[in-house]
Amino acid sequence: MSIILDKVSYLYGQGTSYEIMALKDISLKIDDNEFIGIIGHTGSGKSTLTQHLNGLIKATSGHIYVDGEDIYDDDYDMKKLRGNVGLVFQYPEHQLFETTVFDDVCFGPKNQGLDKKTVELRAFEALYNVGFPEELFYSSPFELSGGQKRRVAIAGVLAMKPKVLILDEPTAGLDPAGRDEIFDLLKKMQQELNMTIILVSHSMEDVANYVNRIIVMDKGQIMLDGKPREVFKYYRELEKMGLAAPQVTYLMHELRERNLDVDVDATTVEEAKISILKALGEI
Amino acid sequence: MIRDITIGQYYPMDSIIHKLDPRVKLFATLIYIIALFSCKGIVGLIVITFFLATAVKLSKIPFLYITKGLKTIVMLLLVTTIFNLFLTPGKVTFWHYGILKITDVGITNAVVMTVRLIYLIIGTSLMSLTTTPNQLTDGLEKSLSPLSKIHVPVHAIAMMMSIALRFIPILVEETDKIMKAQMARGADFESGNIIKRAKNMIPLLVPLMVSAFRRADELAMAMEARCYTATEGRSKMKPLHYEKRDKIAYVIIISFLVIVVAAGIVIPYPQ
Repeated sequence: MSIILDKVSYLYGQGTSYEIMALKDISLKIDDNEFIGIIGHTGSGKSTLTQHLNGLIKATSGHIYVDGEDIYDDDYDMKKLRGNVGLVFQYPEHQLFETTVFDDVCFGPKNQGLDKKTVELRAFEALYNVGFPEELFYSSPFELSGGQKRRVAIAGVLAMKPKVLILDEPTAGLDPAGRDEIFDLLKKMQQELNMTIILVSHSMEDVANYVNRIIVMDKGQIMLDGKPREVFKYYRELEKMGLAAPQVTYLMHELRERNLDVDVDATTVEEAKISILKALGEI
Repeated sequence: MIRDITIGQYYPMDSIIHKLDPRVKLFATLIYIIALFSCKGIVGLIVITFFLATAVKLSKIPFLYITKGLKTIVMLLLVTTIFNLFLTPGKVTFWHYGILKITDVGITNAVVMTVRLIYLIIGTSLMSLTTTPNQLTDGLEKSLSPLSKIHVPVHAIAMMMSIALRFIPILVEETDKIMKAQMARGADFESGNIIKRAKNMIPLLVPLMVSAFRRADELAMAMEARCYTATEGRSKMKPLHYEKRDKIAYVIIISFLVIVVAAGIVIPYPQ
């Protein structure tokens, strides 16, 4: 499932004195089975961009094509699009409302008009995929811990079997262990279920470890777009935008300045370790 | 839609009206409403128009922005006008069909009622546009403080009001967010009959309630952590003081009421 954005612009509060250009001429192509990280400062337009991808916000100008079809066509099936492009909002646990976890996860597929059996099968599968303990399936979602609630909320979107899954700051407010669990889960889903995953974040460390493409946004525009190691080459420019490269990047540059022949493009701790050991002649 | 309501929205500007003490503005609004509904006669209406126009002019708020509040009462205005116009008995009947008739009194009533309602909305909008919610509740608390002698919890009421006002924009934003999140899960808030629509609201209302309670709980905790109590002896960071301009404003407001009432007695409507 490919998504193409053609010169998409969006104006907030059009016609009022508070008019803000939230997106400016965004052109973008998202292919199958990608793992993309969208990073940017608060107010850079990253959340606005993600809400365009499943038609929750309509662009002021420009077009979006999903599998070659313009989603702004009058006869386009928005409901189908929302099933195909799943969007998990920031703090998704705030959207839970049913009496049991299982019922809440059923909400999405039920809205897709599936029969009861398929709905329940999907819910079960989704909860299983996010690693939610079976004995808690019928407990109230309001009694769970923060991390568990978030799993339920993600399962609620997964149960719709989207081909593209967008997550807005999925680890905000979670402890480091919970954070790693969520990221590992996403990586697993991308590889095993062949999904495209788009991750909105402002933590470079997280993004560098998992994604294979980074889109950097600033003031409603795409500033950089490429593989992590290519993007982090511009770490000085990133700093100017109020962002930062992973700490590994800084370490490697410092080592290079002190005449140790390491690979300055290493983006993860693992890569850095190998490169340093190599430079020291240990391996 | 929700954003169109101008009552309760502050419009920052540097004007004499903005600077007035909130107690003066509350008092002026009260007097203005009394004048508006006790006024009898064309002269009184002209005086009120002049008073309102001056206040709007002095506030420096674009007139079109103030009238945005009228959008919400268009239906009410239409109904009032139509009822008054067609259903009032009078001395001279210009036209009639069944129980519907247009009379001289009907026309006068329709015009006066419509003008009154429009002026009422513009006047009260003007007050809320030039006064921050905090000032407003401060003013209210101070004006009602004599009631605390008879054990009315004036401070607690004022605090509740300011918190409620403060939370309106937050809850509007929250509603928007949850609505989008449920729409992303295929929820439909727009189609279906009234029962189905009400049922569809559950996925919106339950999380909204939960979040309102959570926020209230967190706020109460934060207030307690700062040792807040609603007991006597609380001091204010910015206590209200009357300035010279406030005293002048009081004089103007009182004379305004006197003129309107006097005009009604001397020159009533042509009957």
